[in-house]
Amino acid sequence: MAGKMTGAQMVVQALKDQGVDTVFGYPGGAVLPIYDEIFQQNEIRHILVRHEQGATHAAEGYARSTGKPGVVLVTSGPGATNAVTGMTDALMDSIPIIVLTGQVPTFMIGNDAFQEADTVGITRPCTKHNWLVKDTDRLAETIHQAFHVATHGRPGPVLVDIPKDVQFATGRYVAPAKASTGHYNPQVKGDIDAITAAVEALENAERPVIYSGGGVVNSGPAASQLLRELVSATNFPVTSTLMGLGCYPASGANWLGMLGMHGTYEANWAMHDCDYMLCIGARFDDRITGRVDAFSPQSVKVHIDIDPSSINKNIHVDIPIVGDIGHVLEDLLRVWKARGRKTRSEAVAKWWAKIEEWRAVKSLSYVNSDSTIKPQYALQRLEALTKGRDRYITTEVGQHQMWAAQFLGFEDPNRWMTSGGLGTMGYGMPASIGVQVAHPDALVINVAGEASWLMNMQEMGTAVQYRLPVKQFIVNNERLGMVRQWQELLHGERYSHSWSESLPDFVKLAEAFGAKGILCDNPADLDDAIQEMLDYDGPVIFDCVVEKHENCFPMIPSGKAHNEMLLGSASTKGAIDVGGAVLV
Amino acid sequence: MNALAIKKGSSRKSAYDLRNPLDEHQETHTLTVLVDNEAGVLARVIGLFSGRGYNIDSLTVAEVDHQGHRSRITIVTTGTPAVIEQIKHQLERMVPVYSVNDLTVEGPSVERELALVKVNCTGEKRVEAMRTGEVFRANVVDSTLESFVFELTGGPEKIDAFVALMVPLGLVEVSRTGVAAIARGV
Ligand SMILES: Cc1cc2nc3c(=O)[nH]c(=O)nc-3n(C[C@H](O)[C@H](O)[C@H](O)COP(=O)(O)OP(=O)(O)OC[C@H]3O[C@@H](n4cnc5c(N)ncnc54)[C@H](O)[C@@H]3O)c2cc1C
Ligand SMILES: Cc1ncc(C[n+]2csc(CCOP(=O)(O)OP(=O)(O)O)c2C)c(N)n1
Repeated sequence: MAGKMTGAQMVVQALKDQGVDTVFGYPGGAVLPIYDEIFQQNEIRHILVRHEQGATHAAEGYARSTGKPGVVLVTSGPGATNAVTGMTDALMDSIPIIVLTGQVPTFMIGNDAFQEADTVGITRPCTKHNWLVKDTDRLAETIHQAFHVATHGRPGPVLVDIPKDVQFATGRYVAPAKASTGHYNPQVKGDIDAITAAVEALENAERPVIYSGGGVVNSGPAASQLLRELVSATNFPVTSTLMGLGCYPASGANWLGMLGMHGTYEANWAMHDCDYMLCIGARFDDRITGRVDAFSPQSVKVHIDIDPSSINKNIHVDIPIVGDIGHVLEDLLRVWKARGRKTRSEAVAKWWAKIEEWRAVKSLSYVNSDSTIKPQYALQRLEALTKGRDRYITTEVGQHQMWAAQFLGFEDPNRWMTSGGLGTMGYGMPASIGVQVAHPDALVINVAGEASWLMNMQEMGTAVQYRLPVKQFIVNNERLGMVRQWQELLHGERYSHSWSESLPDFVKLAEAFGAKGILCDNPADLDDAIQEMLDYDGPVIFDCVVEKHENCFPMIPSGKAHNEMLLGSASTKGAIDVGGAVLV
Repeated sequence: MNALAIKKGSSRKSAYDLRNPLDEHQETHTLTVLVDNEAGVLARVIGLFSGRGYNIDSLTVAEVDHQGHRSRITIVTTGTPAVIEQIKHQLERMVPVYSVNDLTVEGPSVERELALVKVNCTGEKRVEAMRTGEVFRANVVDSTLESFVFELTGGPEKIDAFVALMVPLGLVEVSRTGVAAIARGV
């Protein structure tokens, strides 16, 4: 469809032409013309959230679980500012979302008009790029460009701010194929000399480790497939960051578990002692490196990343390869095969023997109890009772998030949605909505802490309205558990404001929303209660009352190296020194 | 190449590096950045520097291609080598940026700045200011019986030197454009 239309019509047409089937939004004065157009069509489904932050996280959940960008539509002023946290979250975790905001009419901009905010100014640092469209003739092209920027190179959030007069005025619509996408076209093919150098180092590796991350998910299913092929062909051990879980299956023979601050003993020791580190789409985050001057001191480091600014940011690497993982791994495997598929297999076998010793430490073990539900046990039972199902997990932020990462096994990418970089409490509930909208028949569970869950619990209304059978599995320790743990280790057990007082009765709360509530506080009843949750065809709030003062281990204290990991409660007193205490 | 023999190291930008960053040596680089001259582009570049804690010693900007709406930004910045590398990559990944060139490492270049320098003086000092102006090839663009405004172009050091000489002669005001720079040769 070409020719003249109103700006509001263009918005809807551009979304259709971009293949959008769902928009998460909330109306207001400055977007009424667009809502009017949405009302008059049936191709795009609009999900009415209860808070604009919810819309952004729902769009993130949609995007992360499908590989397609998520779309948000909100009004000017407070609608836009409420969306800021979600955009920052998406920026940190490289999630493609397109946020469309209404703005006061162009002739009122700068006048402190009703519900005016400098949206492009406020969101400049929390978007990959943003645009204020002042001319209806430029609107369609700008929206197409926004989709291009959000989904090419390192994905991220973008925002298009559309004044109300631009929505009313008519102009010429430009279809995606005819729209200029500008000059933003990041390189996807890796430099073949660098790839060859990486292969050469791989062939010589005696103590290799593959450190994979969220970039593998970003790159798409082919990248995960190639990663699996590389691991099985070389027999190298593989670990992943929080963001990359599922790219290599947790049931795979070479899986070391997650690495980093709350990663496994074997993963972190392998990172520390390796002589060859192949980093695939991870960004050497401080949760991973610990103290950087003690990070993996003996290894040759290869880093594959599409964003040159991720390379050498925290850790100096020896062989940087800028490109898309799918493309680079394909070339890397081809070069390695052409050179005769060489590895130092005997040395690697010895290295595996060493790794098995570390594995034997069983760093995820915990002391179970007959009388109270241990949070780890709750996650283990959840895993056991949902394994093999078409399952998607979202989380909130805190200890429960780490236990979920440790005790749930992910067999495929796009099945694990969590706020890693920003660590946004309140992410998981709306994210589960976005995931369920995208996968109506799948099992979608939000593993939550009670404190985080309260931050966006209004979205239960959305779940009920749209009959989204999301399961809210609240690991309720009546504490801001992760904060409490740090206060125990760092601040002399002075638990300043780190408990959840006056909690709602979650069962009654569920009923008030028109959902089902389940309470369980006895380990003996847990399996039946979880089964009841799974069998219920509709949204559930599951109040899993757990041990209040459980700590999450293993843990590498701030400012320490991988080989200074804490394994359990015995060794925690004074574990974080003054230098580490200033860190986060 | 024996990759296994390569030297290891780490950058010092991470909060998790407990070493003192002041120990490391700082370099000054002149970067030129070609950008789309769209609304907010300068705010983006400046926001990048302030948001990530980089230094701006000098910054100039003007549209250089009116048809293509491209502007050229010249930035003089100081940082450790790792930080300078980060700055370049951070600039390159910005959507409106076409190219980033580091004139400090890419061979010889010319750097020029324009300054307007107002000096209030009479008698002996007036003669001395006039003479110094001639030595520096400064133009007098305004004069009254008690003042001069000099216009001076040159590298930042030349302008610093001129301004320093004007202080005892009655310097009252300086306006500088910041550095514009270009590579020498073809
Ligand atoms: C309470 C808490 C505790 C945490 N503890 C841990 C922990 O113990 N362990 C842990 O791992 N994390 C932990 N995290 C998460 C951590 O903060 C980071 O979010 C995470 O480690 C970053 O993952 P990543 O390195 O895979 O990078 P991501 O943020 O996923 O970044 C992806 C990288 O891949 C690149 N990329 C994107 N697309 C492509 C492509 N197509 N081709 C090539 N490259 C691409 C990007 O440029 C980027 O550099 C924790 C978070 C919280 C909130
Ligand atoms: C929006 C926001 N505010 C504050 C924090 C700091 N914070 C991190 S974890 C945490 C406690 C979370 O408590 P809960 O959701 O109950 O999970 P638990 O750690 O007990 O499993 C807090 C306050 C945060 N990550 N996000």
